[in-house]
Amino acid sequence: MKRLFMFLPVVLVVVLGVVLFAGIGKDPTRLESALIGKPLPPFSLEALREPDRLLSPELFRGQVSLLNVWATWCPACRDEHDDLLWLAQEKGVRIVGLNYKDSREEALKWLTTLGDPYAINVYDPRGSLGFDLGVYGAPETYFIDAEGIVRYRHVGVVNEKVWNEKFQPLMEQYGESS
Amino acid sequence: MTLAIRVGMLLVLILSSASVAGQSRDVYQFDSREQEQRFQTLTAELRCPKCQNQNIADSNAPISKDMREAVHRMMLDGASDEEITNALVSRFGEFVRYKPEVDRRTIMLWATPALVVFIGIVIVAVTVRRSGRAKTDADTLTDAERDRASKLLNDGDKNDHSS
Repeated sequence: MKRLFMFLPVVLVVVLGVVLFAGIGKDPTRLESALIGKPLPPFSLEALREPDRLLSPELFRGQVSLLNVWATWCPACRDEHDDLLWLAQEKGVRIVGLNYKDSREEALKWLTTLGDPYAINVYDPRGSLGFDLGVYGAPETYFIDAEGIVRYRHVGVVNEKVWNEKFQPLMEQYGESS
Repeated sequence: MTLAIRVGMLLVLILSSASVAGQSRDVYQFDSREQEQRFQTLTAELRCPKCQNQNIADSNAPISKDMREAVHRMMLDGASDEEITNALVSRFGEFVRYKPEVDRRTIMLWATPALVVFIGIVIVAVTVRRSGRAKTDADTLTDAERDRASKLLNDGDKNDHSS
């Protein structure tokens, strides 16, 4: 019995080591969305290009889409812009933009000069939909299935690596069935 | 530089820093003193998802400002603290709670401190009891030990020192 107790510190250290090791490499600033498995929150917002047209979650019915939260004041959004263009043009991915806390004028200028990867853009100057989605830092990209259910959220830049590792498997899982 | 100029410049510095500090805080109107108190408590218990180690009362991140405004708006609409917290958790996740709810996922978090204290008490109790017993054991020598001891004391120069 006593001999067994002698090994207790070793066991404790090993357990602690395993627990701590599991945490290495995890980025604590990337939080899982609270909306995973839930439908998009209701909204009624103008389209960026057509101020008269009101958009709602119906926008996402019938096909798989990415919802990309972006703004012209966001430097990382500039970084991922070319990758979004690549996704839209080469991979044929439908990307819906959420122009977040931005000005319409600046946003349209951005799309004219840099190219427009978005099927359509929701204009959210006050960040109301962003707030309901739990957006805490642009850029964020949501994977929305054909039923309008949020399946995944990626915080940060989407590039080829992120696409291959995170979004491609989801595309295979949800994309073919629709 | 004369003293007057120095004092004057110091004053300008102090006043300008005060005005900058004042700008970063927004002013919220409340119906009552208790409501303001509730606002202070609640915003201190909600965590900023962007800056992670700050509550939304202290954080200057835009998202914290949005969250403070939402808390303020809901509070004026008569929502309870519980309802406000749930509204934010449903958007930003459990992460925003500094005090997570007790459920299956968080039970270890809540139970571990009590468990560690309990284990500590057990260890202390066992150690104290053991040392107490060891002491009484050591006090009383058997006859054989007594004989050996007196032998050692009487002619210990050549007998075995090893024991």
